[in-house]
Amino acid sequence: MSYPDNFRYTKEHEWILVEGDTGTIGITNHAQKELGDIVYVDLPKPGAAVEAGKALGSVESVKAVSDIYSPVSGEVIEVNELLATAPEKLNEDPHGAAWLVKIRLSNPAELDGLMSAADYQAYLGE
Amino acid sequence: MLKQIPLADVHRALGAKMVDFGGWEMPLQYTGILDEHRAVRTAVGLFDVSHMGEIEIRGPGALDLVQRVSTNNAAKLADGQIHYSGLLYEHGGFADDILVHRVSADHYFLCVNASNQDKDYEHIVSQNRWDCAVENNGSQYAQLAIQGPRALETLQKLTPAPLADIRYYRFRDGEVCGHPARIARTGYTGEDGFELYIAPAHAAEIWNALLEAGRDFGIRPCGLGARNTLRMEAGMALYGHEIDASITPLEAGLEWIVKWDKGDFCGRARLEKQKAEGVRRKLTGFEMRGRGIGRDGYEVRAGGRPAGWVTSGGPAPALNKNIGMCYLPAELAQPGTAIEIMVREQPVEAVTVPIPFYRRPK
Repeated sequence: MSYPDNFRYTKEHEWILVEGDTGTIGITNHAQKELGDIVYVDLPKPGAAVEAGKALGSVESVKAVSDIYSPVSGEVIEVNELLATAPEKLNEDPHGAAWLVKIRLSNPAELDGLMSAADYQAYLGE
Repeated sequence: MLKQIPLADVHRALGAKMVDFGGWEMPLQYTGILDEHRAVRTAVGLFDVSHMGEIEIRGPGALDLVQRVSTNNAAKLADGQIHYSGLLYEHGGFADDILVHRVSADHYFLCVNASNQDKDYEHIVSQNRWDCAVENNGSQYAQLAIQGPRALETLQKLTPAPLADIRYYRFRDGEVCGHPARIARTGYTGEDGFELYIAPAHAAEIWNALLEAGRDFGIRPCGLGARNTLRMEAGMALYGHEIDASITPLEAGLEWIVKWDKGDFCGRARLEKQKAEGVRRKLTGFEMRGRGIGRDGYEVRAGGRPAGWVTSGGPAPALNKNIGMCYLPAELAQPGTAIEIMVREQPVEAVTVPIPFYRRPK
């Protein structure tokens, strides 16, 4: 699976797609592969404040639980309800239908600290 | 440096995700834990468990030494018979849980947990007052487990031994792919199946032949991940989780492996005292009622107060529930008690249920 050029990436394997002042956040294909079968996703509620580098929720695979870190700061404006009933979609379409949350960015300058697709793939050694 | 099992390269070639498990580099999963779990429940799965230890006790006093170090009554075993037993310290806690195979009246073959094998060996040697030969032979054996409803058909293609004649918890020494093999009808998944003890030099050939023999049945190579979810559904203890040196068999719900009429054994005095006084804490199963998964080590609360801890927890793929086992004060450990599991500092509702969670259909 390719890593879209219009996403930005974190070292903790999250991605963010920014359109205007809205950022859509997900976990990368590499992250879902490392986690294995995903069975539960714990996400914040709309209105919650998130902070760059701090946990915004967690993803549980059969084997383990992993925190998801927010790439940037802002306020949660939408949560992907699909994942409450079909967490396995995260294994199938992590860069698309299985996005996690949308947030309104409070400090767009934080995006500068994130990786491009090329940087991320180099970071993964892929 | 991680210890290498004989088949490490074979697992890597199959695309296994390898992990450090108690100092051994072991396969965690191949196609995925859920897929492997389902294969074992509905068809057949193949596990490499070569990290497990083997300790052999030989000599005219072999039975006396086995009786001294373990809780079950090995005097009841016939040649070719196996039982599950506890290897206890004098204070009544588990050194290990083991399978005792009686090869003959003066030869017992113990399968022990990988990370315990050296301390088990030292403990057994420390109790050896009968001049037995005790050998720590983990490196002499590779061990493969073939588990699931199609396990017998799969293995039968590779051995002339009449497998249907080997009853549950019996073994026979025979050949697999023309190589010597100890064939035991045992396992750690809750399914029918066999465990093979073979020479490491033949492990790759036998592993590959088993995958080929089971191909028509949908065989999957299975890793430690599926081994854990399968054994948890079946309510089987894992050393370092449900049992360890601080836990006695009475607390762990394993009084059935303590045979009071067998005479003296390590830990007996402590267990008798505990039985007379009653155990204060007990192992129980639980099912999550709220959203969330109770994992190993999470705190368990009852009525808002800390009451115990989760020993193993996770999804039960064959049951479509989130389950686990935990220690609770004895009065809270009966089925149907409302408890809370602290999941990332939030209490999530759960209820205690009997162990095992899963029994294979007859």
